[in-house]
Order: sequence, then structure tokens, then C-alpha cells
Amino acid sequence: MINNVLIEMRDITKTFPGVVALDHAQLTLRKGEIHALMGENGAGKSTIIKCLTGVYERDSGEVHMEGVEGNIYNHSTMDAQNIGIATVYQEVNLCPNLSVAENLFIGREPKTKLGTVDWKTMNRKARKIMDDLDIPIDVTKTLDNYSLAIQQMIAIARAVDMDCRVLILDEPTSSLDDNEVEKLFKLMTDLKNKGVGILFVTHFLEQVYAVCDRITVMRNGTFVGDYSVQELPRVKLVAAMLGKDFDDLAAIKAEGHSSFSDEVVVEAEELSHKGTIKPFNFKIHKGEVVGVTGLLGSGRSEMVRCIYGADKPTGGKLSMHGKELKAKAPIDSIRAGMGYLPDDRKADGCIGELSVRENIILALQARNGVFKRIPIKEQNRIADEFIKMLQIKTASRETPINQLSGGNQQKVILARWLCTHPDFLILDEPTRGIDIGTKTEFQKLVLEFAKQGMSVIFISSEIEEMIRTCTRMCVMRDGQKVGEISSEEGAMTQQAVMGAIAGGEK
Amino acid sequence: MTGKLKTLTKNQLFLPFAMMVLVLLINLIKSPDFFAINIQNGVLYGRLIDILNRGSEIAILAVGQTLVVAVSAGTDISVGSVMSLTACGTCMLLAGYGVNSTTTLAVPLVVGLLFGLVLAMCCGAFNGFLVSKLNIQPMVATLILFTAARAIGLLLCNNQITYIRYEPYKYFGNFIPGCPVPTAIFITVVVVAIVMLFLKKTAMGLYIQSVGINKKAARISGLNSSNICFMCYLICGLCAGIAGIVASSRIYSADSNNIGRNYELDSILAVALGGNSLGGGRFNMAGSIIGAYTIQAITVTLLAMGVSTDQAPVVKAIIVVLIVTAQAPAFKAFLAERKAKKLVQENETQKKEAA
Repeated sequence: MINNVLIEMRDITKTFPGVVALDHAQLTLRKGEIHALMGENGAGKSTIIKCLTGVYERDSGEVHMEGVEGNIYNHSTMDAQNIGIATVYQEVNLCPNLSVAENLFIGREPKTKLGTVDWKTMNRKARKIMDDLDIPIDVTKTLDNYSLAIQQMIAIARAVDMDCRVLILDEPTSSLDDNEVEKLFKLMTDLKNKGVGILFVTHFLEQVYAVCDRITVMRNGTFVGDYSVQELPRVKLVAAMLGKDFDDLAAIKAEGHSSFSDEVVVEAEELSHKGTIKPFNFKIHKGEVVGVTGLLGSGRSEMVRCIYGADKPTGGKLSMHGKELKAKAPIDSIRAGMGYLPDDRKADGCIGELSVRENIILALQARNGVFKRIPIKEQNRIADEFIKMLQIKTASRETPINQLSGGNQQKVILARWLCTHPDFLILDEPTRGIDIGTKTEFQKLVLEFAKQGMSVIFISSEIEEMIRTCTRMCVMRDGQKVGEISSEEGAMTQQAVMGAIAGGEK
Repeated sequence: MTGKLKTLTKNQLFLPFAMMVLVLLINLIKSPDFFAINIQNGVLYGRLIDILNRGSEIAILAVGQTLVVAVSAGTDISVGSVMSLTACGTCMLLAGYGVNSTTTLAVPLVVGLLFGLVLAMCCGAFNGFLVSKLNIQPMVATLILFTAARAIGLLLCNNQITYIRYEPYKYFGNFIPGCPVPTAIFITVVVVAIVMLFLKKTAMGLYIQSVGINKKAARISGLNSSNICFMCYLICGLCAGIAGIVASSRIYSADSNNIGRNYELDSILAVALGGNSLGGGRFNMAGSIIGAYTIQAITVTLLAMGVSTDQAPVVKAIIVVLIVTAQAPAFKAFLAERKAKKLVQENETQKKEAA
């Protein structure tokens, strides 16, 4: 055994009905290191973590932890916590209706002599924890007052305060902005120096090289290798993840932006939604890809929701193909030929327990109306077609969507819209939480659609992604559209976009 | 063979159906003549017929209740009271206000029945409005009519029991002359068939499940979530109305205080016994119907065994606990885990032996 090993997982196998999720996978975590766990969607990253934390029970294999006797079987996350393994997931698992302090101390509240909760001590301790992390918030306010990023930090703070020896961070940064990521990294480095072993799952390659010491790569449920960061440069990492030489992202750029016609598909004049977005003008041509950029909460999601009619506009005028469109509900927009892939996949996209097939045909069925049921044969055909076309990894078309990995869920929702053959498709963060291979696929698809004459709004937190795919970008700040950047003048560079987002003088 | 057996036991309907068979088997052992069906006075007679006949109200209610549970993850607890209100409304109109017993009708029978059903649908619409448009919790929203509907019925009938001693009115809960099968069975078959066909031939089933699982996502995908929810409550109200008329016809009167008493609980139980989650979403109509008749079978069994009407609920409760436990995911997981551990042990002993 190598020195300093904190956790060693060997020969872990886990099967689900019809799928082998883990095939003799392994993982070694050492004391005082930040260890990245990399792989495409469905590579088994989440599964191996869940086998460690007791969410799943492995079929076979051994887990050993320093200081704990024998082969460890965790039957619940509680068991894992008791031996010092804490996990923070991408989706925050806290109670939004409780105060920050309560969330930090839930289940282990400081008590007074009478056995009641000692609120004073609890709030004081909570304040100290947050101050230590340099997060100035009111701990007595309920959690839902704060942004997802802050909530994430609180979740981590809670795990840290529970004296964990192993901290698992499952894509904690996908909803954080740069500043917040930096805070998180500082926290991670502090913990590392205290001897905590951190397992870090992320899709952002830069982050791996910014904080991690070692990398474990997984592919298709198997272990590919355990490398130190120095011996595995980016290109090699990507190649290891994909299992082939990576056809570079630059290839997309080389293809260039397809030309588009002058025909205006959607036009918004002074469109607004009270409280979230101030009046804005917007125009998109046939076959054009337009990006909307801005910080989280800048109103970019609200803007597209307003156009789609997910939030009914309170002012202004929207027209499609030159005709005014007064959408009372999304169904009117769908009938007019729009599609909208929401950014919150879990809350607004997936119908969890329904099958992949049902999730795919839902919007098409809604457009056809309740009495024109799509015959089951036709449903199967459509589902199979898109599973094949988008390479959705699923055991069968009847598998419930919530058993799929995040990226594959996203593809199902995309299929839902593609099968309605929209003229105008809104993609709000389609690539969030998706591995790099699928990201490239998504970008290629977007350009492909545009070529076929579809107009697309593409929103992404990664500016590079948008520069590659969009011909124009709308910049949002504080619920207001503050400008547009066009690629034609060669003005669409990372600096220019960042400058516009930040609002500094150019 | 084992594969087929496995798919059979995995089916959602397997457990409800097995429970029902079990209850019937117990009966068969206790009294061998349980399944005997004979014809007396030109009509079918027997325990089995009795279960099918008397279970009609619960089965009809279960149809509506299943939809409500699926779409809103809540229950309509007003169905029993709505049954009573429908009976009172129908009888009041047929007899004329203030008349407590009549042999001739004040208005044509059809008008009276339609009036009752419209009343029931108004109740359903009211519940649906509160739940789907005002977002009030289903339990609280339907609590209003749970308490009020029965009292309104009493008002309609001028605080007395109104008797309709007019033969055709008795047909719905008893027999149509010349037909040996109880009419209620036909009514149930028609109601179930219409709803099942509606769910199968239109996309309503998909819509209801989508709204029940994720209201927001369903709306963004183009469904009118609140209208779909409203409709389920409306159908539930109508079902309660039909059940109310059957119940009233059995005793050719509107006994406001007793018609439909505690039926809301039986209807919810029927949904649960059918293996449906009360958390909404996925549902199986056939399961609920089987559940409804299981409840009735238990009741009939207990009566046949001589358990007094006062004590019957205790035994019923025990049986229900057993059935619900057997279907609980936690229990199933427990069994699966035990099985897995056994397998592991066997494997290890085999390995040792091999070594």
C-alpha cells in the first residue's frame, strides 16, 4: 500500500437493470490532496461516489479507509458521515425554508440546559463559520434569500464543520461565478493543508489544473488511470476521457458561421416583464445563431423566458414571421413554432418518472392536442430516431428519464423540441454540467440546425462556447439589455465580451 | 419460465390482484359455498354478486379519486359528502321541496338525475378551482365541501329524509325487471369503460401524469397544467354524483346523514391498495378498481364470518395494514436486501467448499 492513503476502492462493480454502471473500477484518495475525478457523462463518476457514500450499494468490490477496520459497507449517507465522509452535490441538498444557521446545525443543534435549542449559541457559531469563510451574510435569514452559489458554500461549510476527513464535491462549481469559484478554491486549499482528502468532480478543465494534485480518469464505468497533474497535460486528459484522439474544438470554429438570410423570424419590440426584465428590442433572422450573455442573474434567462412566454410579458410587442404573437401560455408559442430548453433541467425540463419516450414526445403531443394521440408505433419510431441521432445513452426508450445521467437527460429534452421541428429554438445553458465531448456535440448540432434554417438563441456561461457558435451576442446586465456585439466586425473576442458584461468602458 | 414469473410479479397489478385472490381464498376455506351463485326470484344471488354489486360505489369513486391523486398528489375528501348532496338534490327535485314521501314524480326522472349530476359537477368544479387556480392544498380545499355538502343536502331536503317510492328510481341501485344482474354493476362497467377508453385513446393519461410529476415542466412543454388539474377534479365530482345516485336508489331515499359516510376514506384506500403512489404521478386505473373490490370483499367476508358491524373496522384495519406494508417500497427493499445477503453467503460458502 502506498503511504498516506485515506480511501482505497478496488474492483468496484455496480449494475443497474440493463446497464453495467461500474466495471471493476478503482479509486485511491490520499490524505491532504485534491483529487479530480474526470470522465464523460455516464462514465460512472457519480456512481462510484454514490457507492462510497452509501447512496447505492455496490455489487462487489472492496472499500478501505484509513482508521476504519475491514471492508466498509455504507448503507446510507448517515453511515458515511459517521466515518467522516461528507458530500456536497451539484444540486444543493439543504432546506430552503430554514435559516442559514439552522441549515448549518440541523441534527446537531447546540442545546440549553433545559434541552431546548440554544439559538444564541447556534447563531453565534454560524456567524463565526461564515465569517471564517469570508461570506458576509445574515445567518438568521432563510436560505432561499441567497443565491445558489452562496447555498453551495453553506453546504460545504456544513460538511467542513462536521469534521469530515473526506470531502466529496460533485460538480460544485457549475453554478458559481469566477469570484465564488476562487473563494471555494481557497477553502479547498485550506482544507487540504489540514489533511482532508478532497474528491473533486468537475467538467471545467481549467479548474482541474488550478487546484488539483492528482487525476483519476474513468470511461464507460471502467478505470482508465490515476495520474499526477504534471504528467497529464490537457490534451492527454481529454484523450484519456474520450478514449480517442480528440478532434479539436477548433474544428468547429474552422467551419465558420453559416450565413443566414435576411428574413426576420422573431422580433421583440420593447418587450418587458415587470420586476425581472426591462423593455428590450430583439431581432433574429432565419438560420441565425444569437447568443445572450451576462452574469448569473443578469436577466439572460428571464429575457428568453419572456420571449417564449414561459413568463407572460407585461409590456411590448412580440412578432413571429411578421405576425404579432400574443402568447398566453407556452402552448401558443409552441404552436407558432418555438421551442425552449430551460436552464433548470430538473425543475423545468424533466418529467422524472416518465420514460424517455414519453419525455420526448410530450411537446409534440401537446401541440397536436389531447384528442390527437400519437399512435404508440409512431411514438416508438420518434423516440428511437432521436435516441440514435443524439446518441442518448439509455437502457431502452422505456427507461424513466431520472435514471439517465445529466447530459443524456439534456439530450432527451433537446429531442423533445427537435421532434416538433421548431423554426426558432431557445437553448438556455444546454451544456451546463455536461462533459466536454457532449459539449462539442451540442455546439456542432446548433450550427447544423442553423444551416437547416432554424434560428437559435444560445445561452452559455462559457463565453468561448458562444464565440464559437454565435454570429451576434446580446449583453445583459441587471435585467437590462445593454448592447450587442457582432462577429462581423471581428469585435467578438473574449475580452470584448467580458468587458461588456462587466460594464466597464471599452 | 422464471423470467416470465419475474415480470409477472414485478407488474404493479400483481400484488393488488394477489391480495384480492387471497381474501377470496380465505372465504372459500371458511365457507365452501362462498362462490355459489344461484337465481332466486329471477335475479342472481350470491356473495360474489354481492361484492360486485355493493362495491360499485367505491369503484366509481376510486376512478375519480385516482385521477385526482395522480394530478395533484392530494386527495378529494369531499366525495362522500358530494354523494349525499347529489342524492338530496335529486330526491328533492323529484319529490318537490318539502315533500318527504312521494309515489309520483314532480319532474321527469331524467331531469332529477341530471340536476343531481350537475350539482356534483359544480362541487367538483369548486374543488378544482380552489386547487388548480388558487393553489390551495387539496386536503384543505376539499375539506370545505367535506363539511358543507352534507349540510347543504339537508337544507335542500328540508331537514328530513325524502322517500321516492317510484319504481323506476329503484332500478339504479337494484334490478331492472327482467334483468338478473344488478344494475349498479352495469353502471360501474360503463363508467370505468368510458374513463379507461378516454385515457387510452387520448393523450390525457400522459398529460395527467406529466402534470402530477412536474407541473412546471409540463407547462413549459405546452400543457395547460391548471386546466388539466381542474378537469380531474371535475371528473371526480361527477363520479361522486353517479355513486350518490346509486347509493340513493338502493334505499329509494335521500338519507343525508348516512349516504356516502366514510366513503371518501374507502376511495382513497382503494387507490392505495391498487399500488398507486399517493404522491401523484404514475397511476394505474385497473389497480384502483381491484383495490375497491378488495375493500368490499373484506367487508363482506367479515360480515359473513359474523364479525359485528361495530368491530369490523378493527379487523379491516389490520388487513389493510398488512396489504399496504406488503406493497411499501421500504418493505420490498428489505426483502431484496435479505435475498442479496443470502446469495452472497451462498457464494462464499461455495467458494470455501471449492477451496
